[in-house]
Amino acid sequence: MTDPVLRLENIVKTFPGVRALDGVSFSVMPGEVHALMGENGAGKSTLMKVLGGIHQPDGGAIVMGDTPVVMAGPLEAKAKGIVFIHQELSLAEELSVAENIYLGELPRKSFGRVDWARLAERTNSILKKLNVGFDARTRVGDLSIANQQMVEIARALTVDAKAVIFDEPTASLTDAEKVVLFDVIADLKASGVGIIYISHRMEEIFKITDRISILRDGQYQGTVNTAETTEEAVTQMMIGRKLDLSRNASHHELGNVALQVRGLSCGKLYSDVSFEVRRGEVLGFYGLVGAGRTEIAETLFGLRDPSSGQILLDGEEVRISSPADAIARGISLVPEDRKGQGLVLGMNCRDNMTLPQVDDLKAGPFMAEGAEVAIFDQYRDKLDIRTPGWKQRVGNLSGGNQQKIVIGKWLSMHPNVLIVDEPTRGIDVGSKSEIHKLLRDLAAQGYAVIVISSEMPEVLHVSDRIVAMYSGRIMRTFTSEEVTEDSLIQAISGLGGDKAA
Amino acid sequence: MQPGALSKALKSGAIWGFIVLELAFFSIAGEFLSLSDKAFMDWENMLLLLKQSAPIGIIAMGMTLVMVNGNIDLSVGATFAIAAIVLLDSMTWPIFAGLGDWVIPVAWLLALAVGTLLGALNGLIVWKTGVDAFIVTLGSMLGFRGIVFMFNGENPTSHLNWTLVDFAEAQFLGLHTATWFLLGVTLALWFVMARTVHGRNAYAIGDNREAAVNAGIRVGPHMMINFAIIGFLAALSAVVFYSESGSVNPNDGQLYELWVITAVVLGGTKITGGAGNVIGTFGGVIAIQLLRKGLGHIGADTSTVNLVIGLILIAVLILDRQLNIKGKEELKV
Amino acid sequence: MSDASRNASDLREGIMATLSRQQVGAILARQGILIAFAVFMIAFTLANPKFLTPDNVLSVVRSSAIIGVMALGVTFVVISGNLDLSVGSMMSFSTIVVLDLHDKMGPLLAIPAMFAMTLCLGAFIGFLVGYLRLNSLIVTLGMLSAIHGLTLTYSGGQNMDIADKEGTWFSIFGQGTALGIPVPILIFVALAALLGLALAKTPFGRKVYAVGGNGTAATFSGIPRARTVFTCYLISAACVATAGLIQASRSLGSQNTVGQGLELEVLAAVILGGASLLGGSGTIFKTVIGVLILGFIQNGLLLVGLQFYVQFVVTWVIIILAVWLDIAAKRGKLWSPIA
Repeated sequence: MTDPVLRLENIVKTFPGVRALDGVSFSVMPGEVHALMGENGAGKSTLMKVLGGIHQPDGGAIVMGDTPVVMAGPLEAKAKGIVFIHQELSLAEELSVAENIYLGELPRKSFGRVDWARLAERTNSILKKLNVGFDARTRVGDLSIANQQMVEIARALTVDAKAVIFDEPTASLTDAEKVVLFDVIADLKASGVGIIYISHRMEEIFKITDRISILRDGQYQGTVNTAETTEEAVTQMMIGRKLDLSRNASHHELGNVALQVRGLSCGKLYSDVSFEVRRGEVLGFYGLVGAGRTEIAETLFGLRDPSSGQILLDGEEVRISSPADAIARGISLVPEDRKGQGLVLGMNCRDNMTLPQVDDLKAGPFMAEGAEVAIFDQYRDKLDIRTPGWKQRVGNLSGGNQQKIVIGKWLSMHPNVLIVDEPTRGIDVGSKSEIHKLLRDLAAQGYAVIVISSEMPEVLHVSDRIVAMYSGRIMRTFTSEEVTEDSLIQAISGLGGDKAA
Repeated sequence: MQPGALSKALKSGAIWGFIVLELAFFSIAGEFLSLSDKAFMDWENMLLLLKQSAPIGIIAMGMTLVMVNGNIDLSVGATFAIAAIVLLDSMTWPIFAGLGDWVIPVAWLLALAVGTLLGALNGLIVWKTGVDAFIVTLGSMLGFRGIVFMFNGENPTSHLNWTLVDFAEAQFLGLHTATWFLLGVTLALWFVMARTVHGRNAYAIGDNREAAVNAGIRVGPHMMINFAIIGFLAALSAVVFYSESGSVNPNDGQLYELWVITAVVLGGTKITGGAGNVIGTFGGVIAIQLLRKGLGHIGADTSTVNLVIGLILIAVLILDRQLNIKGKEELKV
Repeated sequence: MSDASRNASDLREGIMATLSRQQVGAILARQGILIAFAVFMIAFTLANPKFLTPDNVLSVVRSSAIIGVMALGVTFVVISGNLDLSVGSMMSFSTIVVLDLHDKMGPLLAIPAMFAMTLCLGAFIGFLVGYLRLNSLIVTLGMLSAIHGLTLTYSGGQNMDIADKEGTWFSIFGQGTALGIPVPILIFVALAALLGLALAKTPFGRKVYAVGGNGTAATFSGIPRARTVFTCYLISAACVATAGLIQASRSLGSQNTVGQGLELEVLAAVILGGASLLGGSGTIFKTVIGVLILGFIQNGLLLVGLQFYVQFVVTWVIIILAVWLDIAAKRGKLWSPIA
């Protein structure tokens, strides 16, 4: 039996108020692809930061070979042979491929000159191994995302890598590009490198990994052999107590059609999209990142101009030219990026919640602060938002409470159509089921709700009907009775699935 | 053609196209409007133009480096004035009385050292406090200028050394001393930025600071060196200019930062850092000087020059933005 | 132990009991500028008893009024996440224009005409930064130069003087007093109150904070980002025009460069007040404090016999210390983590 390249023993990391990692232990063998799974917020990224030397653990040890090692910083981690392929690429776009690969360690000649010849020679030998179609002098900004990722991988190959960590590497790759990536991973594996593969995509995990370790709420849940487990079992370990994800068709009467979209297109982003949503109904949108779901929501909210097609509200054709316009027509959007698009983190809870209606909450020329507090109190109670008071800065709240502030903000506008993009991204399990219940309740109260999600159990759980999108087109619309996981996956992968509205 | 290639080609070539346009415009307009009967594109006139470009141009090369690095330096005008005072005043100091003309290199070294130190001080503050370079150099722009005024009140500081004047007014291969300095500095900065590890790291820092940090590039020292370089160049610019003129007013160098930044932005350097080069900046410097001279040639006064420069800077921003718009699909935020 | 000192020590213990040392450190750093200001005031009062007399205080505030009025407008621009470096040359423009028009059409028409022209400049900048989304630093740097050129073109490079300096009521804005208080102070205080209310209490003010705090989130909340930024520049221009009016009325004659460099002092005051250049934070009250700090430093240094120009050096040090302490408090470390 060989020794593991990397062993984590009982790693503990606490931040003020949070135990982010609580006794995580697993080991990576040479030539193994080891998946690390867990929901958002389970501690994967903290663990990676500990491995990468960005955080120091409060307890436990990282062992390489026989000796515990201390990662003082990213450089030291790299020197010890631990290399990261980040989700957000860390490249300098204006520089060449070679300069990026050897960033921070360009070969020198006299007078501090860069030794271009040596640099090109080394780079090309690495690029040859990867079998890519660009050369050392190409500007990185001119490469596709997939090729930029190859540059990151090439960077990993410059050191004598013992362990390579891939963080959601396929998030923005096409299928063909994925094949290339998996080939590279197979090569790395064959050369005896240990690989940690972080991903949410079950099909990839089951295709390429040997073992799976699972984290939940900072705690290590165990390691299983991929060949001996099932998706259900892994999901169960990830979410712990069984999240109620039963199907959920509405039992109440549906109202009239609140929103209808006919043949809507927006350049290359999506085309010929048609659907409708009734009052009292939850319409789910499922598809991969980049399938065009968010872009449709943004169009409905006046943030993008459609190139053709019609939008009808209550049967009447409308042109929505700005968010203010959309709000006036009763459309609300809970955006996908909570911190970037949903909240002004430096503002307090109350001010964030009343932001879309500042012009309506006036007492003379001034803000009617009493009315604002009343609105905040109402939705704090209704949504069970846990905060010391309205004066609390939103940036200090937990993800779940932040999301409830955003939802409260839009509910207080009493919209006709509520669009929720990734309602539970980065939120703990408890808040998740609360938000799911809330979405169902809203439909029952007569709201027309559109839910966009990348998590299949979530869409299946909350939706009455599901629109499956692939590459800017609607592949199929399912009712909750007819939908199966297989047919849904096929539809969003562009396989099968007849085009039916 | 790849998407964006047109805009890129336009951007990299635009400054030279603009220069040609200016030359044509002023040559033709000069035929009708000029008070003198000398042609605008006269050889002498062009040589003079290069010489007059030197003070702004030398500093602009340093600004290119600092802006590519992701910073900005608003204090260059004040550094310029301080270095000028050190240069002219130190030549009259009694301790150097016995040196004869050997006082010249001593005074030069002193002025250059002071400029370098002031620049390094800016860099050190940016590095160690983490305060944005804009605020740090805005502060030192005030502070350095205060020092200038404290030295001699509102009176000029003067000292003419004829050996020095002869040197400054000399022409070698037809080019003036100042022009040689401008060309030398451009070449040196090109070498630093395009060929050295320090220069390439400066690009990386300006382009993606986090990536640079993670790759182990020490951001602080690189920034400090670049600030020291621009301080040195501001002083060099003063040394070249005041060797000839021999008299410095405490207000000299005011608005230099504006001219310099205009030249750098015209030359295609990205305001947020990571992209740009000294060749483009050289074009930007020439374009501005052409404009000043050309407007003078057709009888416009300095006020028009200020107006036109300001508007051109804004026009370049608008053009740049229009070229980068992705079309109707773009998110409207 | 006297009652007073016992009370004081009780109070101190009480405070220390509720606050950890870290919190005290944070508060010290946050309020550092006010504390430094207090120390400075005490030191200068000890050095020169004239420093805190009503007469001197009034004269400091009066001479700060022009900077102060401009700083009020720039506060809006900075909170909205932008910069305005053109206020100095715009102020020269206003001053020259109103002096010129005074003799041509009389003060009653000259003042609104000057305001209209200055607002046009503000609208132009607001259009470029708000609607075209251009970088405000470069735009206002360009406008600094362009407006300077415009002023010179307008005046033909000549100083501008009012012909009949004795016989015009125009001097009231800069030289008059009401209830024993100089009019410039009254204008400054009234404008500060008005704009302070507008920023803190009205929907518009809320929008300014939202746009500066997170422009994307503001857009996603239906707030018209472009129009908000545009309005901030209009407010800034209106303040500049007011400052120009005071300046013109005070001197009744002016050079083309009267406002040159003032943009720096104005920005310094706003930054001293603690507004972040990233936008989203700052208040009118804090800006007024920043203006007063600058004014008293200038005055105090002169009173203890230092050269006029020392104030620039002192301002430099104070700005950097103020911003440094502010960000040090936020990151919890004195020195930056830059490697």
